Amino acid sequence: MITANLSAIFYLISGILFILALRGLSSPETSRQGNLFGILGMIIAITVTFLTIGNFSISIIYVFIFLLIGGAIGAFIAFKIPMTAMPELVAGFHSLVGLAAVFVAISAFKNPEAFNLGIPGNIKLASLIEMSIGAAVGAITFSGSIIAFLKLRGIMSGSPITFTGQHIVNLLIGISIFLLIYFLCRSQSESFFWSMITISFLIGILLIIPIGGADMPVVISMLNSYSGWAAAGIGFTLENTALIITGALVGSSGAILSYIMCKGMNRSFFSVILGGFGGDTSVSKDKKKDQKPVKSGNAEDAAFLLKNASSVIIVPGYGMAVAQAQHALREMVDTLKKNDIKVSYAVHPVAGRMPGHMNVLLAEANVPYDEVFELDDINNDFANTDVAFVIGANDVTNPVAKTDPQSPIFGMPVLDVEKCKSVLFVKRSLSPGYAGVDNELFYRENTMMLFADAKKMTEDIVKNI
Amino acid sequence: MEIDPFIFRFSIFVLAIFVGYYVVWSVTPSLHTPLMSVTNAISSVIIVGAIIAALAGTSDNIFEISNIFGFLAIVLAAVNIFGGFLVTQRMLQMYKKKKKK
Repeated sequence: MITANLSAIFYLISGILFILALRGLSSPETSRQGNLFGILGMIIAITVTFLTIGNFSISIIYVFIFLLIGGAIGAFIAFKIPMTAMPELVAGFHSLVGLAAVFVAISAFKNPEAFNLGIPGNIKLASLIEMSIGAAVGAITFSGSIIAFLKLRGIMSGSPITFTGQHIVNLLIGISIFLLIYFLCRSQSESFFWSMITISFLIGILLIIPIGGADMPVVISMLNSYSGWAAAGIGFTLENTALIITGALVGSSGAILSYIMCKGMNRSFFSVILGGFGGDTSVSKDKKKDQKPVKSGNAEDAAFLLKNASSVIIVPGYGMAVAQAQHALREMVDTLKKNDIKVSYAVHPVAGRMPGHMNVLLAEANVPYDEVFELDDINNDFANTDVAFVIGANDVTNPVAKTDPQSPIFGMPVLDVEKCKSVLFVKRSLSPGYAGVDNELFYRENTMMLFADAKKMTEDIVKNI
Repeated sequence: MEIDPFIFRFSIFVLAIFVGYYVVWSVTPSLHTPLMSVTNAISSVIIVGAIIAALAGTSDNIFEISNIFGFLAIVLAAVNIFGGFLVTQRMLQMYKKKKKK
């Protein structure tokens, strides 16, 4: 048994260790150490909690059993999950944090004495507000993340689901959550508490269904942020510094990532939330039905071009990951390097399905991280490069974003691949990308389309070099 | 007049948001996916609330409603803690520098 003051100090230490865990991620060298700080912080927080409670009744055995069950499931998932499925995994994990927040709030509501919050029917007002906010945000995080998970996993269609009056319905539900919290505080009645949680689950679903597949990176980041605010809400209820600090860290981290993703697509956060983007909207249908000449080639042509280049930039996109072409790609790059060709990788902020997803996929294929460059760092190099090899990316290379103010993607920062002497574009067909916009690059003089599965094409190129 | 302890906690909260803001901007974009998985793992520190909830009450009745929700929250948070940290570690192991020639 340790005193409340001492345990508060330890919670502060674990909060600081969590800050250091994020700080470590400023470079890959320090990141592994940072992760260890995070683990240490968690161990301290859990140990201190046990020591503070002190009186170990029989139920402590159950606590350890449940801890081990959860831990085993988590460890199993962590080792089995393929890197392409990281977005779903993270969405799934967010849903668990959200639901855990709801459960803790329910426990606190049912048994406030355990948390020093008063007695049932007479819970301290501040605590009641804090736990309501924690529970509501947690419930929204849970149901929203489930929808995001289903969309990313392909169980649910990625196209937006919209209906008339949607925003008004959402607004009304939002207002009624606040009203229910107000009545809950006035009456301490359990029915208001349960209704508040139920409609929070509902609004979580309604908020995410209108958001299309293309905007998923923003959604994941946003839910990341929500899970943080839910944790902070519970942290205030429990008067726990570690939880308050962590909630604030995670909340702001998710918010920043959402901002970066929105900027990467030149979309305002508000328009993403309102949804409806990235489906079969009118944009893709109304224009450019006329056939334009396209130059296409085969693996031999591509190999010839690559062999005679002195510098090559690879532009990978999510399509590469879907085709599992990253290992074949690295083999191709290795062969090129043996021929003294300079090769680097250009990664767009929204390449892949979540922030930084492409970097992980390349790292998995043993691509050294110092050969992978961000948009701003490499965009000027395209002009002095012989070949750009676009594999599985589409919208992020579309020059229309710079030239056509009518285009839905106008203003989005894009990779200037068209400035290369020649562009090799591996793609299965001429179909437009997520944004539903035709890519002007396909019809350029210096573009050669390689119509094939990304993996097979890359392997064939290796054979021909 | 005495200051409500809530204000102190709120101050910590606001300062932590600022710390988070500056720390997260310093994270290199190539590590944004590990950032998400690790923030996910640390937000599961909510498990401390779950443990308190689960252990509350007397030995006579260890499966009150509030205890049961505590146990359930422990399982959920534990999945996240182990899953989150381990998958982050697995990802970070893959980031390698160019071999020196």
